[in-house]
Amino acid sequence: MSFGPVARLRLARALIWLLALLPLAMLVERLLHGRLGANPIEFLEHALGDWSLRFLLLSLVMTPLRSLTGWIWPLKLRRTVGLWAFAYICLHFSVYIVFDLNILAPAQALAKLGEDLVKRLYITVGFTAWLFLLPLAITSTDGWQRRLKRRWKMLHRLVYPAAILGVLHYVWLVKKDLSEPLLYAAILAVLLVWRLPWAQMRGGILRARSQPNAVHGETPRP
Amino acid sequence: MLIRVAPEFPIASSEITSEPVFQDRRRFLAQMGLATAGLALSACSDAKEALKPAPAAAAGDGAEKSGLATLEVSKKTEMAGGEKVCSYDDITQYNNFYEFGTGKSDPASYSSTLKPRPWSVTVEGECDAPGVLGIDDLIKPQALEERIYRMRCVEAWSVVVPWIGFPLADLIKRFKPNSKAKFVQFFTLADPVQMPMIKRAVLPYPYREALRIDEAMHPLAFMVVGLYGRVLPNQNGAPLRLITPWKYGFKGVKSIVKIRFVETQPETTWNQLGPDEYGFYANVNPAVDHPRWSQASERRLGELFRRATLPFNGYPEVASLYAGMDLRKNY
Repeated sequence: MSFGPVARLRLARALIWLLALLPLAMLVERLLHGRLGANPIEFLEHALGDWSLRFLLLSLVMTPLRSLTGWIWPLKLRRTVGLWAFAYICLHFSVYIVFDLNILAPAQALAKLGEDLVKRLYITVGFTAWLFLLPLAITSTDGWQRRLKRRWKMLHRLVYPAAILGVLHYVWLVKKDLSEPLLYAAILAVLLVWRLPWAQMRGGILRARSQPNAVHGETPRP
Repeated sequence: MLIRVAPEFPIASSEITSEPVFQDRRRFLAQMGLATAGLALSACSDAKEALKPAPAAAAGDGAEKSGLATLEVSKKTEMAGGEKVCSYDDITQYNNFYEFGTGKSDPASYSSTLKPRPWSVTVEGECDAPGVLGIDDLIKPQALEERIYRMRCVEAWSVVVPWIGFPLADLIKRFKPNSKAKFVQFFTLADPVQMPMIKRAVLPYPYREALRIDEAMHPLAFMVVGLYGRVLPNQNGAPLRLITPWKYGFKGVKSIVKIRFVETQPETTWNQLGPDEYGFYANVNPAVDHPRWSQASERRLGELFRRATLPFNGYPEVASLYAGMDLRKNY
């Protein structure tokens, strides 16, 4: 049985929504049953941080996937994946604000946030990544895309430094075992290198060879 | 975003994007956000209940379930300023013991391969009574006591634990250290059969720690063989570990197989790995931050919000050991 583009898009959309909601549902279930371990706040922060990075990387997979397969759905769903990444980052950040800074004492929390932003480099880069993604989430609508025209594309290239800072944020907070953060770093590196002009040119030649009928088709980027 | 649809696609992208389900998605996302926030808020009150330190009777339930042998103690001393003891489960399910993995729950999950009996401890170096002691011969002459201590990890979390053991000073005296014994060094077991994870070599094994001899002789320095009325679970460093409650937890070397008296300050594992992050002394000090994170506050297991960290972890009686020393340099 073969899938047409529409069926593939529907299937992919359903899978991505499932993928996005499942970790959240699992965390809520654990929270409600007190199964977040001995240090539940850390558990939430780490789990939400992990999923933030996973969705951010997944959003960066979409364009290469579109180019390599010719499928249309990766570009159609790129925005959904990116917004989910942002949603997880916001939740991750919220847990830090509410419990680490202690929202019950807002004045002190604000002072502590200031101190953390200045003194803790991993927090500085994590916060900066969130700041970079904020305008992308706001301008993710069709309306903004139309209004900003070419500048939209330039603006949305902020996702690259945001992803780098996000991975750095993870690398810098680990005490010793760097294997997991470095795995994210390696995947990000592949995704970024793929976007380099020379990699694009080679990819273009390969695609042209394998698809003799393909029109000199520009692949939309990023 | 300009999408020029390549001709190999039979359907124009506009036809796909205008699907009602696509339009609906944004509303759904907004609702999800609200629903999640609502859930999280309502869950907070439940979670608060669930996370409250369990009453004394329930806190130790896990100890009974462990089935570990019980220990008789001659006396019990509360030495954590009346702070609530953490639950047995928190103390035994959230550990740093890299020989069994770097995740906090790894030691509880993977330490069943450790065999705390038979066990022997080698005593060597600058002392008049060196030798190799079976673990039971080492413990038997000592009167066991229970002490409730705070324990503060360098990672800014903390617990309150009812340890069972005996003063380190009493043990050291048996080996008759000589005048050259300025430091005492401790080694953790490094056996790839009992500890398969050490092959990953995240740290240089065996794990090594050390104390200045006067620190080791301080009455607070405690040799631990049990907790919560029973012998130590493997993940907490069975069958013998060190506890120095005024220092960061990594000084509390676990599953000790060797004690050595030396004249010069020996290398210690974390200090060797990150000298600017982990000092030899490693005294709990809220005024000296870890280069990457604050040491001013900590999260007590069982509590939602952070609490202030106390100088020397609330054991000011050790301060005289460091009279005249700059604790910012000797962190």
